[in-house]
Amino acid sequence: MSPGLFPRSEDGIRPAASDALSISVDGKTVDGLAGQTIAGVLLGSGRLAWRKTSSDGSPRGVFCGIGVCFDCIVEVNGIRDVRACQRRARDGDQVISQHDPLPEVTE
Amino acid sequence: MTSDVVIVGAGIVGAACARLLARSGLRVLVLDQGAGAGGTSSHGEGNILVSDKGPGAELALAQHASSLWPGTADELSNELGANFPSIEFDRKGGLVVATTDTGAAPLIAFAETQREVGVDARMLDIAEARELEPSISDTITAAIFYPEDAQVQPVIATEALLASARLAGADVRTGIRVTGAVRNGAGDIVGVRTDAGDISAAAVLVAAGPWSGEVSRSLGAAVPILPRRGMVLVTTRMTHRIFHKVYDGDYVGAVSSSDADLQTSSVVESTASGTVLIGSSRQQVGFDDRLQVRVLQELAAKALRLFPFLAEASLMRSYGGFRPYMPDHLPVIGRDHRVEGLWHASGHEGAGIGLSLATAEIIAAQMTGTKPALDAAPFRLDRPTLARYLAEDVPA
Amino acid sequence: MTSVVIIGAGPAGLAAARAARARQAAVTLLDSSDEVGGQYWRHLPAERPAERESLLHHGWSTFLELREALEADPGCDIVTSAQVWAIERDANDSPVVHVLVGEPDGTDRSQLILTPDALVLATGAHDRTLPFPGWQLPGVFSAGAAQALAKGERVAVGRRVVVAGAGPFLLPVAAALAQTGARVVGVFEASRVRGLMAGWLPQPHKLMGVAGKTGELAGYLLSHLHHRIPYRTGHAVVAAHGTDRVESVTVARVNADWSPIPGTERRIRADAVCVSHGFTPRLELAIAAGCNISADRFVTVDAAQRSTVPTVFAAGEITGIGGVDAALAEGTLAGHCAAGGSPTDPTVARHEKKRAVYVDFAARLERAHGIRRGWTAWLKNDTTICRCEDVSYETIRTTTEATCAVGLRSVKLTTRAGLGICQGRMCGRTLEDLAGRSAPGGLIDRVSTDRRPIAAPVRLGDLARAHDATAAIPTDSL
Repeated sequence: MSPGLFPRSEDGIRPAASDALSISVDGKTVDGLAGQTIAGVLLGSGRLAWRKTSSDGSPRGVFCGIGVCFDCIVEVNGIRDVRACQRRARDGDQVISQHDPLPEVTE
Repeated sequence: MTSDVVIVGAGIVGAACARLLARSGLRVLVLDQGAGAGGTSSHGEGNILVSDKGPGAELALAQHASSLWPGTADELSNELGANFPSIEFDRKGGLVVATTDTGAAPLIAFAETQREVGVDARMLDIAEARELEPSISDTITAAIFYPEDAQVQPVIATEALLASARLAGADVRTGIRVTGAVRNGAGDIVGVRTDAGDISAAAVLVAAGPWSGEVSRSLGAAVPILPRRGMVLVTTRMTHRIFHKVYDGDYVGAVSSSDADLQTSSVVESTASGTVLIGSSRQQVGFDDRLQVRVLQELAAKALRLFPFLAEASLMRSYGGFRPYMPDHLPVIGRDHRVEGLWHASGHEGAGIGLSLATAEIIAAQMTGTKPALDAAPFRLDRPTLARYLAEDVPA
Repeated sequence: MTSVVIIGAGPAGLAAARAARARQAAVTLLDSSDEVGGQYWRHLPAERPAERESLLHHGWSTFLELREALEADPGCDIVTSAQVWAIERDANDSPVVHVLVGEPDGTDRSQLILTPDALVLATGAHDRTLPFPGWQLPGVFSAGAAQALAKGERVAVGRRVVVAGAGPFLLPVAAALAQTGARVVGVFEASRVRGLMAGWLPQPHKLMGVAGKTGELAGYLLSHLHHRIPYRTGHAVVAAHGTDRVESVTVARVNADWSPIPGTERRIRADAVCVSHGFTPRLELAIAAGCNISADRFVTVDAAQRSTVPTVFAAGEITGIGGVDAALAEGTLAGHCAAGGSPTDPTVARHEKKRAVYVDFAARLERAHGIRRGWTAWLKNDTTICRCEDVSYETIRTTTEATCAVGLRSVKLTTRAGLGICQGRMCGRTLEDLAGRSAPGGLIDRVSTDRRPIAAPVRLGDLARAHDATAAIPTDSL
């Protein structure tokens, strides 16, 4: 019951073999294919959510898939607010899921 | 139906005046050509500052206003109940720093003059400044801390004052444009003409911010208020790393300057939602609200001088608003000496949010015949520094 | 030689580029993606070739032909990974296009400032998804996401997928899911058959005249038959359930106004739900360029696809939702006219004619599938409206009631809805709808959530670097 990469062997469009890559996601190694976006790698590996919302920490992942909603943002190699659905994964990318708690109000 | 006072403008100054006047028992009608809190009040940072003002009438007004905000914030919260969002009054304090060697001495001297008139302006050494703001640039050369500096969320504050005014009996009508004055045989103003018909009133108070020039002209008694454009940048939400209002010391120069060209100085602070606001520019370009990239670039460059870590922060929104600019840098508060029935509460430039409560107090005192808490003479329209701007405007 | 900058390399932008090149204009074609084709021809990257990729697409040969022609053409500069983040207007109201080129959302991107003789906007549209309880759960996607991930990644968003919303676009989405190994357990179209008939049937010849479109729809219907996907009209997903992810959805029959009919709810187990209720054109750059936007929220254009700004042209979904054939025709006319041609030139007569066929496609789409007022009946107090800032329906209602707000700016700033990182792209139109209903007499401040002077996030370091670079040049040489 999760998202996933369509197995090449079953795919009617007959994909050629692609190079493998791996990225680190919150310290864990996740394997993907060259040319996938970071969201593609994450969803392809069965992950549905990675960001936590600021207000209550509830999980979020891809929503719009085309770079418009910014729900899927991650930190990549130290740079925050990167849309996982837009950024191609590169072998060795260090991805950290984002959670920005609201500042405590000083009153 | 006749009102005692028609207030033109449902921004924060009009709202604060409406609240106090309605509470003193006057029948108040607020008119706005757009929606409430839709103009200058929704296009700034919500500053309640003493740090940016040198000794003089405006600083006295600011100090008094600053003393009014905590009580008013409590009153509004109690009065409006839990469904009304908090106005986010936060006395977070301001840290003014110099970023150059030549900038340090003037900043320290300026703070000294402020201290003489009772401003809490604490000179910090660099280590102390970094304790307050650990992420600040290590190139700062001087730092003054102003614990009194505060902020509110300006739109919520305006809406709250309007809501409170309504509870006190004021009527707020939006989407109505004032087109002229209704006058009696003696030439006194006894109401306003609007695109929704004539409205009679014993007094008309112009509180239309940068549009006050236009409104007062349409009423036949022009006041030399011009729009001065200001831009603020908003970043995406980030980890909380900026804890006070932090200014580059040349803010002081830009505020009091009359130069029409672009001027920027850096004002950086976090908001309750985790974004960072970066202000602000001042530019006289009429009511032209087109984006200018060079303004964004200059604001960004100056913000990085204060907080280098912001280089990786993302700008997601900018807003440009118009500040009501007075040629002598003081607001106009009180009756118009030229026309009976006309009053003004305008020209606060970028300080209207903070000054609104004190302005309203003066107006309410004068209209109800009591003595204001502070000397209002410097804000009179017939002050000498305005004489040459008013000379051409002969009341009809 | 006329210089033409085209923003967006989907069908409209590609067609515009070719037409402008046919008139010898110097063309710069910008797209934020690292591949051309837009959302319609979203495809696998070069690193992942597939022998029969054409199976996933309609008009694939048209795309390949356009791409090859433009790539081989030295007079067409294709700049991919090019994010237009602002358009300024100079003293003559001509557009100044600010572009960041580099990895999406990266730092230290290179910066281009373009001042073309003519600008063609072909920025397309994105899904509009109405909020419903649970739509913020992982596993709820826009329909466009499901399609983009299927076509561009070969990723299926789930195994048991529900597709819902309104409009003919739901069909290709379901087909793409099925072709990616997902089981589509149902497509739920909120419009009722009668509504569809009212929209499509009065002028069937017009639809029939649109050969490509009919063929395309027929293809999807065949695909549905092949994959045995149930298609229900007059039904909507009114809630998604689960704790940390979608586990099931509630589907209900809806009235003609889309309000759910009590007692008709049923739960369907699903691990993904893909929802779209129509499209929102991406208007921010057109607004920044000063183009007039019509009452129905599209860029106003004349027969030459020229906007109300003389040097700015527009084509594709931002001038009306018309689909790929309309986009190709409009793009061709826009590129041709931007390069100095006339819409009555015989060379573009074919496209002119084709465009005319689609001229009221958007209106018919709206009649048949347009969002109906009763949808708010499926909202609960705690339903998220603004996904970025987690603003609930209740907050928006109680705040607007408390403030008596009649201005959208006030609604946004008092609730924080629409102020988050997506800048109201997801909730903006919904917010306008909800706030407009609670304001007596509607909203009066004419603030549009489509207006975003900063069209994409830009790193402050990139801005500051540009400032320092400019400052280093003596001003008299600028």
